[in-house]
Amino acid sequence: MPTTTFRRPDWRAPSVLPGFGLTFGFTLAWLTLIVLIPLATIFLRSAGMGWHEFVAVGFSHRALAAYRLSFGTAAAAGLVNALFGLLVAWVLVRYSFPGKRVVSALVDLPFALPTAVAGIALTAIYAPTGWIGQYLEPLGIKVAFTPIGITIALVFIGLPFVVRSVEPVLADLGHDVEEAAATLGANRVQTFSQVIFPAIAPALVTGFALAFARGVGEYGSVIFISGNMPGKTEIAPLLIVTQLEQYAYAGATAIATVMMLVSFVILFGLNTWQAVRRRRLGA
Amino acid sequence: MSRQHSTSEGRAARLGLIALALLFLGFFLVLPLLAVFSEALKQGLGAFIDAVKNPDALAAIRLTLLIAAISVPLNMVFGVAASWAITKFRFPGRNLLVTLIDLPFSVSPVVSGLIFVLLFGANGYLGPWLAAHGVKIIFAVPGIVLATVFITFPFVARELIPLMMEQGKDDEEAAISLGANGWQTFWHVTLPNIRWGLLYGVLLCNARAMGEFGAVSVVSGHIRGETNTMPLHVEILYNEYDFVGAFAVASLLAALALVTLVVKSLLEWRFDLHSGAKH
Repeated sequence: MPTTTFRRPDWRAPSVLPGFGLTFGFTLAWLTLIVLIPLATIFLRSAGMGWHEFVAVGFSHRALAAYRLSFGTAAAAGLVNALFGLLVAWVLVRYSFPGKRVVSALVDLPFALPTAVAGIALTAIYAPTGWIGQYLEPLGIKVAFTPIGITIALVFIGLPFVVRSVEPVLADLGHDVEEAAATLGANRVQTFSQVIFPAIAPALVTGFALAFARGVGEYGSVIFISGNMPGKTEIAPLLIVTQLEQYAYAGATAIATVMMLVSFVILFGLNTWQAVRRRRLGA
Repeated sequence: MSRQHSTSEGRAARLGLIALALLFLGFFLVLPLLAVFSEALKQGLGAFIDAVKNPDALAAIRLTLLIAAISVPLNMVFGVAASWAITKFRFPGRNLLVTLIDLPFSVSPVVSGLIFVLLFGANGYLGPWLAAHGVKIIFAVPGIVLATVFITFPFVARELIPLMMEQGKDDEEAAISLGANGWQTFWHVTLPNIRWGLLYGVLLCNARAMGEFGAVSVVSGHIRGETNTMPLHVEILYNEYDFVGAFAVASLLAALALVTLVVKSLLEWRFDLHSGAKH
């Protein structure tokens, strides 16, 4: 027998620090138990269903309408947030005004406020008798219980994703490039559209994608304001809940699988795109 | 001042942009917040206090505190352990591990609840076995805890990993070479270095644990006084048209959110924590 004892697994770099076995083992075990095994059950159930049944329940007319609504409103809200999130980030980074710190802290409100609370508050505001709804009603604009209401809820939920993605990039952007542009005769609009915007566009896309992914799966803030009419204002997460309440496990599983695959594809695509960009910029 | 003009906007444009941003935030963030408190106090302070002191509301508050008291420490321990393994050692698959830890963020809350129903529900993989042994997970407190732990899984780890990565491992290596053992190194060297980042992560984790709605709604069964957390109780009261009651409980959650934001901002201003896009 060799006299040396291999106390360190040779697949990791050597370190004098202790605790790798304990912390790595615990991390892997807890991750597997809480996240990986439960998530795998969705795919296991879907796989056990057979292709025809999966398509029948996962792509039924009602399910397709729900996807269209969820993806459509999430995209609309993402665009609104891309525009106004950029504006908010710009104002917070570039200008100073009284109460700026409070405003900056407030941007994270949607992360901190429970979604159900946001949902009933927005419904109260935009209902036909609400603070804003009462002025929109005579104009013939219905917000609550329509896709517009859903979009407003998703704008609320998604805003911090865009602001917090764009803010650090905008802050890191040196003044020298803008000075160079100005020296070369560019006016402010040209400098923004041709120098600043290209530099922050990737962060804006990231923020949009994060807000979109969150919006597609959002439930608590939407169900109160949406009205929940099947085929019209029924979002995909609500359809999952409805199916579950009717013990239609196959339907719930198939719809959940479709939604999970879509959001994984979005986030995977985003990560790959960022990695490629980093490599290209680094080279 | 032509230089000023060329790299910044004119005064009018500046004020206009600030006004537009504040108007947007006012409509989308401030107004909902005001609406919660205004609706809660619509029929006076007495009605508000009665609504909060309702036995079902108190049971919901107790359950929410219990759920947070179980799930936040679990995720705190996990977050510290995972960050230690990931930042103090180099091994293949490290980035994959970070991605997997973040996975719950990309899953819809409703789906996060569904997976536990598929696993432990009456119709689930382990359902029949659990029923035969008299263990109730779905429509009971353990299910709510599981769903909450899943939803808040990445919060502490994703705050600590960038922070500990930046701090490196020189301090710990020095402590070990001076004869400290692993626990001493962690308690006296690592923990003081990361305590504010840890508090930050725990704060966000707690806010989400107490406020989670979708995932908990799927696994709870909505049994009044038993498996109703505060957000679920808000929904039930709202659907029963008890708006003062719903907004009274909601205002407690909104107050929690405000406290969370204040403490979070204080931590950010006082300590230069790693900041970036956060969930």
